[in-house]
Amino acid sequence: MTLRRWFLLPAWVWAAGLFAAPLAIVLAYSLLTRGVYGGLAAPWTMENYRRLFDPLYGFILLRSLAMAAASTVLSLVLAFPAALFISRSGRRRNLYLQLVILPFWTSFLVRTYAWLFLLRDTGLVNTLLARLHLIREPLPLLYNDGAVLLGLVYGYLPFMVLPIYATLERLDPALVEAAADLGARPWATLWRVVVPLAAPGIRAGSVLVFIPCLGAYLTPDLLGGGRTVMVGNLVQNQFTTARDWPFGAAVSVVLMAIVTALVLLFLRREGDHLV
Amino acid sequence: MAPILQLRSLVKEYPGHRALDDVSLSIDAGSFFSLLGPSGCGKTTTLRLIAGFEQPTAGEVLLNGEVVNHRQPYQRNVSTVFQSYALFPHLNARQNIEFGLRRRRATEIARRVRDVIELVSLAGKEDRRPAQLSGGERQRVALARSMVLEPDVLLLDEPLAALDPKLRQQMRLELKALQRRVGIAFLLVTHDQEEALSMSDRLAVMNAGRIEQTGSPEEVYLRPGTRFVAGFLGAVNWIDGIGVRPEATRIARAGGSGTHASRPAVVTGSVFLGDCVQVLASLASGEQAVAQVSRELAVFQPGDPVELYWHPADEITFPA
Amino acid sequence: MRRWLAVYAAAFFAFLHLPVITLAAFSFNRSRFTVWEGFSLDWYRAIARDPELMEGTWNSIAIALAASAISTAVGTGCAYGLWKRSSRVLTGSLYLSLVTPEIVMGISLLALFQWSFRWLHWQLGMHTVVLAHVAFSTAYVVIVVAARLRTVSPALEEAAMDLGATEWQAFRHVTLPALVPGIVAAALLALTVSFDDYVITSMVAGVDSQTLPMVIYAMARRGASPVINAISALITVFFGILILLSERVREP
Repeated sequence: MTLRRWFLLPAWVWAAGLFAAPLAIVLAYSLLTRGVYGGLAAPWTMENYRRLFDPLYGFILLRSLAMAAASTVLSLVLAFPAALFISRSGRRRNLYLQLVILPFWTSFLVRTYAWLFLLRDTGLVNTLLARLHLIREPLPLLYNDGAVLLGLVYGYLPFMVLPIYATLERLDPALVEAAADLGARPWATLWRVVVPLAAPGIRAGSVLVFIPCLGAYLTPDLLGGGRTVMVGNLVQNQFTTARDWPFGAAVSVVLMAIVTALVLLFLRREGDHLV
Repeated sequence: MAPILQLRSLVKEYPGHRALDDVSLSIDAGSFFSLLGPSGCGKTTTLRLIAGFEQPTAGEVLLNGEVVNHRQPYQRNVSTVFQSYALFPHLNARQNIEFGLRRRRATEIARRVRDVIELVSLAGKEDRRPAQLSGGERQRVALARSMVLEPDVLLLDEPLAALDPKLRQQMRLELKALQRRVGIAFLLVTHDQEEALSMSDRLAVMNAGRIEQTGSPEEVYLRPGTRFVAGFLGAVNWIDGIGVRPEATRIARAGGSGTHASRPAVVTGSVFLGDCVQVLASLASGEQAVAQVSRELAVFQPGDPVELYWHPADEITFPA
Repeated sequence: MRRWLAVYAAAFFAFLHLPVITLAAFSFNRSRFTVWEGFSLDWYRAIARDPELMEGTWNSIAIALAASAISTAVGTGCAYGLWKRSSRVLTGSLYLSLVTPEIVMGISLLALFQWSFRWLHWQLGMHTVVLAHVAFSTAYVVIVVAARLRTVSPALEEAAMDLGATEWQAFRHVTLPALVPGIVAAALLALTVSFDDYVITSMVAGVDSQTLPMVIYAMARRGASPVINAISALITVFFGILILLSERVREP
């Protein structure tokens, strides 16, 4: 066997054993029935998938899609000017890039907890507002959709900044000069030349934010306090408290299908040039 | 008639290096003017100052008699054809050409665009994106895009540099004809002296941030004001401090030159150029000279003693 | 416009970093309220006194070391193999594993383990967590090492073999030395990713294998405490050191 085969062997074991097999098992479970004490029972059925059309669960899926979409749009709006700034910052470019990449290397749990610390009833924001006599009672900033949205945007913002920056950095500066030369004021140049040419980066960033937000579990659980139930929470719940593994598996399969479809769509559009 | 563009004592300094040093020139409306010089001489910098992409350290840029130093590029009625053409890749040819008109919210955009597309012979290709056009076609789009705005001056930054030699020859004629037709003042920047000589009404030769000479092509070629200009515009034989161009240098057997100025020399070789022959000769002083003669007259062998002679009117000398 | 962009950028970076900085700052607050009452290291001392936190930390470290060692080896081999000739199936699996939602990865691994318990007499514990961490961190390693491999010309190995080296020798003496910075960077990334994981770990951990994120999470759900601020600050510093090391290795 060639060296290459030897080197790839562990990877194949990983792919088959730690990636494909688990997902295959989940797929199988999704077609089974819940046992009496929460386990698996014999009859093969499509019932779990049918249950997804129940308004209660359908609503959760829709809400997750909405949250993910909102997070994506919001982070796009926040990230674009920042990416633009960095691409025009000349020599300090690397410093600013490091500042954006730094959060990647901070614990996601810590970053999410930071908002818990800030937004609680006795958190920093409320304390400051009370000190400034702007409020008399603490504002309920936490445990709602807004807090979850904030947490999601905050968590995945660097994923949007970097691809947009990469596209902007490759933009030919002569194009911006040409636009001005032809009579376009700065805003017109931005909207008519820069943004359209940043589109590939915007698409990549959107995919990189939308997908994790769709399947988010930690942020809605910690910052939403159980009131904001997204698909990720639903799945976790089915595998722990509710002990309905088949249903949880079905939800997972659907979630996985949506994610895979999005990625394939994106790759077909952009072509593979990732690794 | 007042000049459409005037540069008064322009100075441009960068940290550690003075790119332009007291550059002044004057361009008439509707004329074809070239800025000629080697790379690094400051000609592109001059163009950028006129277009408004940079500010002069000192001096004034006047368009139509008004000082425009502090006006943004989009506030100046000049248009630039970039060396790389800078066509917007996400727009097709027509949309590129319309771009400036749309920014101005001009009227009759469709008609004006159609007319300029006819003018540059791009009909039928306007729906293509830059990536789908050839180099020559892209250049026409860049030209059309700028011309349709009817600027006071059209700035061209080495427009023919990216084209292959055959196309370049053809484009020189087309550009000149185009300029005549539209009557817009063209300011062309190039390092190719043939280009400048063949297309311009007037030209300026630049070197190391200064203008060495301004004048008509004939003036600059036949009566260069400095050694640099003489050498940059074409080859020169320097003989005892006098310059004579190879095509003005005649060659004859020893003793046969008659009343013209002459020098004795020895043939060292010859180069066949197809349409003519360059005969290389060495003078007594050690200086080398080249005589460019027609094929029939090139009957000399290396080692032949000859006389180089020329008409005094063809001498290039500089005032003391 | 440039001025507005700069103002915005300042606000942006503040938004990005102030929350964690504030969190860390208040870890030194004497009181447990968000009103500054003086400097104190009490909360840090409290960490050492908390058996759960200490156990969680040791578990996290052990798991991270084991998992990153394995995934670095697997991932490096994979990147090298793919560099010599690509495999769409393998590359596709790697990418898919990156976009798979963590919760889905967690439950699928849980399902795998539970299913395997019928044959192997195991329980959920440290080993299942390590396996799970290898599952999700391998793709990261492949990406980092593959990026490094792109800077190595295949002609070098060919030259080595032309001079008489076997495939293994060519790898060992030509490619591997060039790869080392990439491998180290990948290992550090795998360490970080493993140490920080909550979602997947929570699904596959046993009673005796609580990791630090799990302990913190439980504490956070019970109600915020400055001890969490303190441990968060320590984690942030720890990760900061890891990234500095990673940068140093990449650009010696």
